[in-house]
Amino acid sequence: MAESRSIKQRTPLRIRVEPRLSEPPAWFPAVVSFSAILVALILGGILISFAGGDPIRSYIHIAKASFGDIGVISDTIVKATPIILAALACSVAFRMKLWNIGAEGQFIMGAFGASAIVLAPVLPAETPPWIFIPVMMLAGMAAGALWGFIPGYLKAKFNVNEIISTLMLNYVAVAWVNFWIFGVWTEGGFQMSPKFPVAANLPRLTDFAKIFPIFRGLTTHLGLVIGIVAAIILWFIIFRSRWGYEIRLIGDNPQAARYAGINITKNVIWVMMLSGALAGLGGMSEVTGVVHRLQTAPLAAGYGFTGIIVAWLAKLNPLVIIVASVLFGALILAGREIQPSGVPKMIQGIILVCLIASDFLLRYRIVIERGEE
Amino acid sequence: MDFTVILQAGIASGTVLLFATIGELFSERAGVLNLGVEGMMLIGAMSAFSTTIATGNPWLGVLVAMLFAGLISQIHAFIVITLQADQVVSGLSLTFLGAGISLVLGEGLSKAGTVALLPDFSIPLLTLIPIIGKIFFTNQSVLVYVGYLLVPLSWYYINRTRPGLHLRAVGEYPSAADALGINVFRMRYFYVFVGGMLAGLAGATISLAVSPGWFSELTTGGQGWIAIGLVIFAQWDPFRAAVGAYAFGALRRLILDIQGPLVLLGFANPFYYNPYLGFFLQMLPYLFTVVVLVIGSREAMRKRIGAPAALGNPYVRGERGK
Repeated sequence: MAESRSIKQRTPLRIRVEPRLSEPPAWFPAVVSFSAILVALILGGILISFAGGDPIRSYIHIAKASFGDIGVISDTIVKATPIILAALACSVAFRMKLWNIGAEGQFIMGAFGASAIVLAPVLPAETPPWIFIPVMMLAGMAAGALWGFIPGYLKAKFNVNEIISTLMLNYVAVAWVNFWIFGVWTEGGFQMSPKFPVAANLPRLTDFAKIFPIFRGLTTHLGLVIGIVAAIILWFIIFRSRWGYEIRLIGDNPQAARYAGINITKNVIWVMMLSGALAGLGGMSEVTGVVHRLQTAPLAAGYGFTGIIVAWLAKLNPLVIIVASVLFGALILAGREIQPSGVPKMIQGIILVCLIASDFLLRYRIVIERGEE
Repeated sequence: MDFTVILQAGIASGTVLLFATIGELFSERAGVLNLGVEGMMLIGAMSAFSTTIATGNPWLGVLVAMLFAGLISQIHAFIVITLQADQVVSGLSLTFLGAGISLVLGEGLSKAGTVALLPDFSIPLLTLIPIIGKIFFTNQSVLVYVGYLLVPLSWYYINRTRPGLHLRAVGEYPSAADALGINVFRMRYFYVFVGGMLAGLAGATISLAVSPGWFSELTTGGQGWIAIGLVIFAQWDPFRAAVGAYAFGALRRLILDIQGPLVLLGFANPFYYNPYLGFFLQMLPYLFTVVVLVIGSREAMRKRIGAPAALGNPYVRGERGK
């Protein structure tokens, strides 16, 4: 029915847009996404030069500062680790068309939950790592899940728009953690808690430098393994389990899901909790693997928001998220030294805009015709 | 604490929310959800401030803010109206984009010092009304008065004029509007632009009147998102939007002022003696937004009124049921 659209009437070019009747070939979405990123980088370059910077030098700098040698590659992976978990969190909720944009807050609450094990203290500082780390993982996931449960429950019970509620809870989470690190767990009046005992830190590659000298100075930590394992488990949940089937069905066609007898209300709450737990795990990994103390600034650094873009770029596929996270890890790592300082954020925004715009090419075919119509 | 002073300042800070909320209301009435309000407000705040520094003319600042934010909104319009992409994701990306662009172009602005601000004035005679005169009509920014006018005018435009009828038709039943010869696409572009301009005005209201200056992302501090929540609370009605916006403005001021005095309502002020409790005060506007959403959503469910029927759906000519 909807054959050619009104674009035709508004442009003098003989371009016809028609809906795709068959699925495009498997390589096509990847090419489109890649081109979208390329276009975004060009647009970003134009804006950088507009703001008085040198785009080519900026990009070369980004590439060198993130993939130049094994040391910075390791740093890139360290930056990618929290993004993997945040993006997984977003992807599972987006799969159900639940717009959880509160991964940022759930991430911070996860870091808080994990830190509370050390700072409360729940476990004494002499606890061995093999007890410390699993307990902190559980605490981080529980705190994140709680932060996902609240908007999930409100959505299920009162049909409260989850976009706004999850976003509002981000601000609440930051204020909550600030209260604890200023008022209760402060170290000498600074805005941070004391450092965690070594047993509560995730092991890093450099910790094994005695056995493998090549690892000296590499800060890649166990969080990467946690992220990859979480991605694989999530892939199985989404594509190989009954629950995953329900999630996908609700996302694609809620009407059909309802007729099939799937309990949407229950799924909204559970998926929000799973999403929050994944983001919380990300917060736990960041606080125990990198920051080593509870402190708001390095934790509320926008990983939850970057996760949204990465999840979208990866078309919500948990395994692709790992690769996409490394790209964004590189952007964030290198972006710290670039002037003006807003550049990485702006490029992320442009990439997302181009990605969304490019989805059009997956749904429609553009036919360019010569001559009269 | 003098409550009339707090309310007076609250009206001014509520004006920011008012502009953003009314703008989003227009866009949503036309069927386009635009979650990019926060980004457009940042663009507005940044460009108003930097234009005023460059030219010394705050009116020019307001104009540039509205045009720039309106322009940015057209990216969203193109993606969701012409390319028919998901409005939620596109709006989110607009927030990132607006924040990023304003951070890049606003680099160094935070150290720029003071600028010429928009004038404050009182309305003669009306200031003499007890309490109300002091709160609403004494030493308010010119933009506050613009806000007073905008509310009834918007209501009248939407509910009592022919273009307003077309606006509602486009948001409720676009294919019927199309059949009547209304250009659905053009109308949607236009009202997204209106929403963008008002969000830009909201940003300019911050940086040139309410809390002058450019403080990167802290300039807006999530008010764009609160505005989107208020549209739901307002049930797409300008008067309810005004009530919500001013109430939130007053709350923001109250939170700032409550930590000052030693004695509060006859008791020792806990927020003065334990400043860390202030973090819980900071949570209040955000928690309140959630509460307001619960109220708005429950009421909408009970009364069976709700969002414009076509909100969030792209209009495709010739497709049934949209």
